[in-house]
Amino acid sequence: MSFTDILSLLRITLHAMVPLALTAVGEIVGETAGLFNIGLEGILLLSAFAGALGAEAGGPALGLLVGMGVGAVVSFLFAIINTYWKGTQMVTGIGINLFAMGFVAFGLIQLGAPGFHDVPSSVEVIKWRTGMGSMSPLIIVALVMPFLIHWFLKRTRAGLMLKAAGEMPEAADVAGININRIRIMAAVFGGILAGLGGAYMSVAWLGLVTKGLSAGRGFISLACVVFSGLNPLLALLGAFIFGFFQALAEWVKTLPNKTIPGEFVSMLPYIVTLLVVSGAIGRVRFPKALGVPYKRE
Amino acid sequence: MSGNELRPSSRLRRGAHRTLTGLHPVFESVIAGTVGLLVGAILMYMYGFDPWRAYFALIKGAFGGSYELSSSLARATPLILTALTFSICLRAGMFNIGAEGQMYMGGIASILIAYFVLPRGLHHIVGLLFAALAGAAWGIVPAILKVTRGVSEVISTIMFNWIARWSALYIAIFLIADPLRPERTLSIPVTARFPILVRGTDLSYSIFVAVAFALVIYFVLWHTAIGYEVRAAGLNPTAARYGGIRNKRTMFLAFILGGMGAGLAGASVTMGQPPTYAIFGGGSLTQLLNLGFDGMAVAMVGRNHPIGILFAALFFGGLNAGGRVMQFYGSNPVPLEMVRVVMGAIVLAMSIPELIRLFPMAKAKGEQFIAALKRSTKRGERGESA
Repeated sequence: MSFTDILSLLRITLHAMVPLALTAVGEIVGETAGLFNIGLEGILLLSAFAGALGAEAGGPALGLLVGMGVGAVVSFLFAIINTYWKGTQMVTGIGINLFAMGFVAFGLIQLGAPGFHDVPSSVEVIKWRTGMGSMSPLIIVALVMPFLIHWFLKRTRAGLMLKAAGEMPEAADVAGININRIRIMAAVFGGILAGLGGAYMSVAWLGLVTKGLSAGRGFISLACVVFSGLNPLLALLGAFIFGFFQALAEWVKTLPNKTIPGEFVSMLPYIVTLLVVSGAIGRVRFPKALGVPYKRE
Repeated sequence: MSGNELRPSSRLRRGAHRTLTGLHPVFESVIAGTVGLLVGAILMYMYGFDPWRAYFALIKGAFGGSYELSSSLARATPLILTALTFSICLRAGMFNIGAEGQMYMGGIASILIAYFVLPRGLHHIVGLLFAALAGAAWGIVPAILKVTRGVSEVISTIMFNWIARWSALYIAIFLIADPLRPERTLSIPVTARFPILVRGTDLSYSIFVAVAFALVIYFVLWHTAIGYEVRAAGLNPTAARYGGIRNKRTMFLAFILGGMGAGLAGASVTMGQPPTYAIFGGGSLTQLLNLGFDGMAVAMVGRNHPIGILFAALFFGGLNAGGRVMQFYGSNPVPLEMVRVVMGAIVLAMSIPELIRLFPMAKAKGEQFIAALKRSTKRGERGESA
C-alpha cells in the first residue's frame, strides 16, 4: 500500500463521510428534542432523487436546495404526525422508508432507464482541485456543521430549550416553551441536513441516482447517533470511521487479485457498526422523553 | 344519561356502540388503506396515468377469478409469516426490523436439504425445521445484544439485515450454487416441494404452514401463561417486572418465535413457489427481496393481531398480484413500484393513532374558521376596525 493509495483512501473516506455526518448531526438535533426519526434512509433517497432533478432543471445550487426542501417537507410531515397527532415514531419512519423505496423506483422508471439515472457532470457541484485530487466543497460543510451544532446545543438558550423539550417536556411546558412547535422545528432542521446529505450524494459525489442509492446510510447515521450519545463531535468521528470502512470496501474491490470476496468487504461497515455500537453503549444516556409524544395532563 | 335508567332501546344503542368500538381497529385499517390508495391515485394522476383504469386492472388482477385469487394467496403466504415476526416482537414491546435478514437465512437454510435424500413428508418437515432454526438463530443475536449490552434492537436488526444479505449472496453464489446453472442455487428436491393446491397457479400447500403458524402464535399469545407474560411485558415493562415477569425471558421468546416465522417465510418461497424452487443469487435475491419489509406494513394494517394479519396479508398479496397485471395493462401500464408507494402511504396513515378523529377535528376546526370569518366580515360591514 503506497502513499498515493493512502491519500486516495482518505479522499474517498472524506467523501463517504459527508452524508453520514450531515444526517447524523441533524438527527442529533431532532433526538435532543425528543423525536427519533428512523425514516432518514427514505429522506436520503428521496432528496437524492429530487436533488438530481433540481440540478438538471436549474444547476447544482438548485439541486442542493431542492434536496434540502424535500428533506424539510418530509420531516415536517413526520414531526406533525408525531407531535400534534400523537403518532408512533417508529411506524411513521418505516412508512417513510417504504414510500421512498417505491417512489424513487417508480420515478426512475418514468425517467427512462429502470433503476438508474445519470446526473450530467455539467450540473454537478464543482470539485476543488487539491493536492489530494478533486475534493467536494461540501466536505467543509460536513466538517464545520458538527462544531456549530455542538456550540448551539451547549451554549445557547435555544439549545437548552431543545434539551428541555426532550428531557422533561412537562417542566419545559410549564416554563412556557411550546413543546410541539420546538420539536417540529428541530425535526425540520434535521430533515434539511439529511436532505443536503442526500442531494450531495447524487449531485456532488456519485453523480447518479439508483433505487438503492442510500444503501443503509440513513441507518448507519442512526448508528452514529447512538455511538455518539448525542454529541455532534463524536458523531463526526463516527461518520469518519464508517466512511473509512465504506471506502475500504470500495478500495478492496478494485484490487487486481481477489484475496477477499467482495461480499465480505461489503459487509464490513455494518459489522463495524454493530461492534462499535455494542461497545459504546452502557455509558450512553438518551433523553428521557425520546420517542414519546407529549400530552398535557 | 346515567347508567341506572337504561331502557331497552338505549341498551341496544349501547350494545351497538360497543360493537362499533370493537370494530374501531378495522375501521382504522380500512381508512388507512383508502388513504394509501388515494395517495397512489394522486401520484398516478400527476404522472399522466389514469388511476381508475389502473386500480380496475389491479383489483381484477388480484381478486377477479380463481386464478387471480390463488395468485394473491400465494403472494400473501410469506407476508403472513414476516408480518407475524414484526407483530410478536411489537407485542413484546420491541421493534424487530430484522425479518428481512432472518428470512434470507431461512431461505438459504432450506436449500441445504437438497443435500439429503429423505422420504416425502419427512423431507418437508426437515426443511421447515432448518429454516425455522436458521431464522431463530439469526434473530436471537439482536436479543442477546439488547439484554447484555443494551444495544437498541432497531439498530442491530437493521445491521443484521445487511450482513444477512451479503452472507446469503455469498453462500448462494459460492457454496450452494447449482453447478449447471451458477446464477442460482441448487433446487429443492421434488420430495421436499409443497404440492400445488390449485392446478395451473403457483399457490401451494405452503399457505397452510403460514396459516397454521398464525394460529399457533394466536394460541400462544392469548391462551398460555407465557404468552400473557409476553404481552404484559410489552404493555408495561416496569409493571410486568414488579408482577414477577422476567422481561429477558419474554424478550428472547419473542425474538425466537419471530425469527422462526421469518425463517419459515424464506422456506415458503423456496419450497412452495414454482417454477424454480431455488434462489437466484446473481446480484440480488430476487424472489426474497423486500418480503420482510412488506411484512411490516402487513403487520401494521393487521393491527399486530394474527387473525388481522391473515386478512391484511390477503390485501397486500392482492396488491402485489394485481400490480403485476396492472403494469402490463394495455395503454395504461403503471409500474409495479406504485404498489410499494401505496404501501408506504398506508403505513404512514397507520402511524396516526387518531386517524378517525382527525376528520371530526378538521370539521370542527373548519367550522371555527368559518365562524371567525363570518364574525370578521360582519365587523367589517359595521365599519369596525379588526
